[in-house]
Amino acid sequence: MAVRTTELVIIGAGPAGICAALEAASHGVKTTLVDRGEELGGQLIKQTHKFFGWHKKSAGTRGVLIAKKLAEEVLNNENITLLNSTEALGYYDDGTLLVETPRGIDRVLGDRLIVATGASERMLLFPGNDLPGVYGAGAVQTLMNVHGVRPGDSVLMIGSGNIGLIVSYQLLQAGVRVAAVVEAMPTIGGYAVHASKIRRLGVPIMTRHTIKEAYGKEQVEGAVIWELDENWNGIPGTEKDLEVDVVCLAIGLTPLAELLWQCGAEMAYIPELGGFVPLYDETMETTRKGVFVAGDVAGIEEASTAMAAGRMAGLSAARSLGKVSDLDYSRLRNEIAGELEGLRSGPASAKILSGIAKMRAMLQSVKEAAAVSEAEPANQPANQPADQPANRPAKQAASEPAKEGDLAEAGARDSEAQGNNGSKSEEAVGA
Amino acid sequence: METGRSSCKTRIEDHPILDFPARKEVTFTWEGQELRGYEGEPIAAALHAAGIKVLHTSHKSKRPRGFFCAIGNCSSCLVVVNGVPNVRACTEKLREGMRVQRQEGTGPAPRSRE
Ligand SMILES: Cc1cc2nc3c(=O)[nH]c(=O)nc-3n(C[C@H](O)[C@H](O)[C@H](O)COP(=O)(O)OP(=O)(O)OC[C@H]3O[C@@H](n4cnc5c(N)ncnc54)[C@H](O)[C@@H]3O)c2cc1C
Ligand code: FES
Repeated sequence: MAVRTTELVIIGAGPAGICAALEAASHGVKTTLVDRGEELGGQLIKQTHKFFGWHKKSAGTRGVLIAKKLAEEVLNNENITLLNSTEALGYYDDGTLLVETPRGIDRVLGDRLIVATGASERMLLFPGNDLPGVYGAGAVQTLMNVHGVRPGDSVLMIGSGNIGLIVSYQLLQAGVRVAAVVEAMPTIGGYAVHASKIRRLGVPIMTRHTIKEAYGKEQVEGAVIWELDENWNGIPGTEKDLEVDVVCLAIGLTPLAELLWQCGAEMAYIPELGGFVPLYDETMETTRKGVFVAGDVAGIEEASTAMAAGRMAGLSAARSLGKVSDLDYSRLRNEIAGELEGLRSGPASAKILSGIAKMRAMLQSVKEAAAVSEAEPANQPANQPADQPANRPAKQAASEPAKEGDLAEAGARDSEAQGNNGSKSEEAVGA
Repeated sequence: METGRSSCKTRIEDHPILDFPARKEVTFTWEGQELRGYEGEPIAAALHAAGIKVLHTSHKSKRPRGFFCAIGNCSSCLVVVNGVPNVRACTEKLREGMRVQRQEGTGPAPRSRE
């Protein structure tokens, strides 16, 4: 088992992790950037469309090209060591990060850690949801846009947020038929430009509709959709049978935060941020000292904010390592905070901002409880704010399909108990 | 056991935005049947291109499983590669001569190194 020592370890080389690495490296921090993928760029490497968002450098550029540019900057930076095709497995109390490389398990010892692992797809509950052919939108994009393989001949898209609309268009570009886009909400979730693009190509977008079931012997051979009433119940008699071999789920993302759970950072369920997120302060530091976060793992948003938040995390880590002067620090911190504020000034960001406010209030009460327990060490277990129900999740949300779970065995995958209407409210990228 | 409908149109050749560079073709086997794919692509991509979607069966009810997340998150795509079970087909790269098998439940106990 090889051991590598470094000043800063960053997990995830999406826009957040890359920008964190570039910022920290610019202050002379020896940085190790870990990603389980081979290519750098996270979600960006699948995005063939021109990006929305207002990032001064990147608006209007295709995601794949943004990724390429960022990757070049990383590869040319002598302070950054890249460990690609390397998965982070666990972070231990002594600061050991265990990683699996193509050659085996290694240890990476860093003084600081930034978790920028992004997000994973939400699951939806319906009979047949475990059949091969039911794929997440990210999987469809990976297969099609990274590996050049069509996911099937004919697709039913679930969710009309920007992801559902954009992936539908990408499917059409790749020569795949999109039978319909169904949306449980009464209105289309994504931008009108994306919706009209696919409508012009003959794809019906059916609001107040959802999937009733997917069927097939060994894999998806068809799917039944139906209309929903005001109480989100299917209306008998409105069923339509579609001949499709792929059902694509685009009902939103949820933070990929397992490593943060595992390393003991305080977590909270905040629907506005996409599910369970770590509690973190303005410097992006979690309740576990020296562990910072940035990007979708801290709340589902978009690439431009992920990049700015990544810079903030990189700056804070560099600062805590004593690499940034007071003057530079306050200048840069104000600059990045101002950029984030600008990016979040639109009406679409109201939800994110209220989620962050909620999260900060929880962080505050955790800190206060910790201060109390420190004052009375005999009464409270260390680091355990025992009477903080808000921070003690009542239920464990599944951030990934639990295909082998009991529900899966019954032919239904686990889902967050949130019904079919996730697409509008959950896709922060679109709003 | 059926391996699913095969389709010759699954590889994207012309794309309005993306170029897929020419890659080296390799031969591998799926359930003993010889197939061709590109070196270094995920095993799941090569199988998908050959029309094979069922990769695994569930432990209890033996329900068919295919890939789902494509990034190594969900363990829905487990296959047996050269006798080693629990290999994620969506992230494991295809190599010349690989013997890939569908994994039934937990798969066989790994043998000592061949
Ligand atoms: C279809 C679609 C369209 C979008 N369109 C836009 C748009 O037009 N404009 C916009 O601003 N945003 C858009 N977004 C959103 C944007 O892509 C994301 O918000 C952004 O990529 C988040 O960046 P990130 O760095 O936090 O995470 P990601 O980009 O998801 O990167 C996370 C990285 O972490 C790695 N990782 C995870 N776990 C581990 C582990 N255990 N070990 C090692 N590595 C790990 C992953 O491999 C990945 O590379 C879109 C998203 C989608 C899905
Ligand atoms: S498809 Fe999810 S782990 Fe392979």
